[in-house]
Amino acid sequence: MIPVGFDYVAPQSLEDAIGALAEGGEEAKLLAGGHSLLPLMKLRLAAPTLLVDLRRVPGLTGIERQNGVFRIRAMTTHHQVATGGLGLASEAAATIADQQVRNRGTIGGSLAHGDTAADMPAVLLAYEGDVAARGPSGERTIPAAELFEDYLTTALAPDEVLTEVRLPSMDGYGFGYQKFNRRREDWAMVGACALVKKAPDGSCEDVRIGLTHMGSIPLRASAAEDALRGRGLDSDAIAGAAEQAAEGTGPPGDLNATPEYKRHLARVLCRRALEEAAGRA
Amino acid sequence: MSATVSGETAETTHAITVTLNRQERSAEVEPRLLLVHFLRGTLGLTGTHVGCDTTSCGACTVLLDGKPIKSCTFLAVQADGREVTTVEGLVRDGGLHPIQEGFKEEHGLQCGFCTPGMMLTATALLAENPNPSEEEIRWALSGNVCRCTGYQNIVKAVQWAAAKMAEEGR
Repeated sequence: MIPVGFDYVAPQSLEDAIGALAEGGEEAKLLAGGHSLLPLMKLRLAAPTLLVDLRRVPGLTGIERQNGVFRIRAMTTHHQVATGGLGLASEAAATIADQQVRNRGTIGGSLAHGDTAADMPAVLLAYEGDVAARGPSGERTIPAAELFEDYLTTALAPDEVLTEVRLPSMDGYGFGYQKFNRRREDWAMVGACALVKKAPDGSCEDVRIGLTHMGSIPLRASAAEDALRGRGLDSDAIAGAAEQAAEGTGPPGDLNATPEYKRHLARVLCRRALEEAAGRA
Repeated sequence: MSATVSGETAETTHAITVTLNRQERSAEVEPRLLLVHFLRGTLGLTGTHVGCDTTSCGACTVLLDGKPIKSCTFLAVQADGREVTTVEGLVRDGGLHPIQEGFKEEHGLQCGFCTPGMMLTATALLAENPNPSEEEIRWALSGNVCRCTGYQNIVKAVQWAAAKMAEEGR
């Protein structure tokens, strides 16, 4: 499979990359690790006329901790995130496909692609993190809850570059990540991530649950969160809350799973992720 | 750069220089040329195989700056200025690399289609972790699919190579 022909530039600065995007118009696309875009181009589901490769732009990789926030530069690979000691984000990144993919795929690329079946979007949502986007008129911050708009559609403008992902360090939270697929390199049929903070009396002070592939965008399992917040963290309470994991979701059916099966998976995976998180909190 | 017409749009070719198997190679490539097609078609190095062509099977695995990647999901232009190792580059001093010997000694292949990718992923694993456990070997190879062996002898081949390399002090 060979992509439709396109023009290619690899600018040496972010300003030049933004300029090239603006000049290329709506059919110009950014290339980071290429592990979302190139497969679509090979299938000819995407046919950009210009690729703006970010590989030469300095300062787009690495992770820093600053004032309780992990600042992950956009071109940081899944492998680097997986081995970066970031708790939930590292655990989730370590389950992305296989090492060849993790060596190329990037956190910024995955979030900008906005695939509801990918691992990192729901993780960003559970952290209540945000991303930095740079465009011709400067930089803005997009909170996780506003980033994902629809299937493969984000709030990023066509001439904006996602430059950084910011995750609060979530000190004191336990975490769990569960996903179900048939082969390592497959997308999640369903995934559930959980962050749990215990109060001194052992009850649930705070909980965040993110769901992968349960709608056209990543979702929070708000009903399950509400059912657990302020309650005990025993297995009955967790199982009861997890029963509500699929409330308000509209999972797309596909070759691997019907919507009803996905709702079942969400409940089971949510329970397991919560148990894992509570055990570590 | 020269203008050519190919596919549906007019494109410009790009000059790239890649250190391929310890040798510098320069070429003019179309942006849409995949690394695997550059290796097989342009350079005639057919040891790198195309299997699924969808980033799944790992038959096209090569090392980019020592790390395994799938060359069916990587443009040749992206390799500019970087080091690429293919199965042809495993040979040292005209002899087999210990990983190649391991696959031979332990019958780590039947049809052989997945073998170049398996050996490159295994080489990268052993460079980082000279004495991996069975679990670590299986985890490392989870992006390389074999439809013949059931993986038993592939794992043994990697263990054989690890022991040989330890003995040789590599």
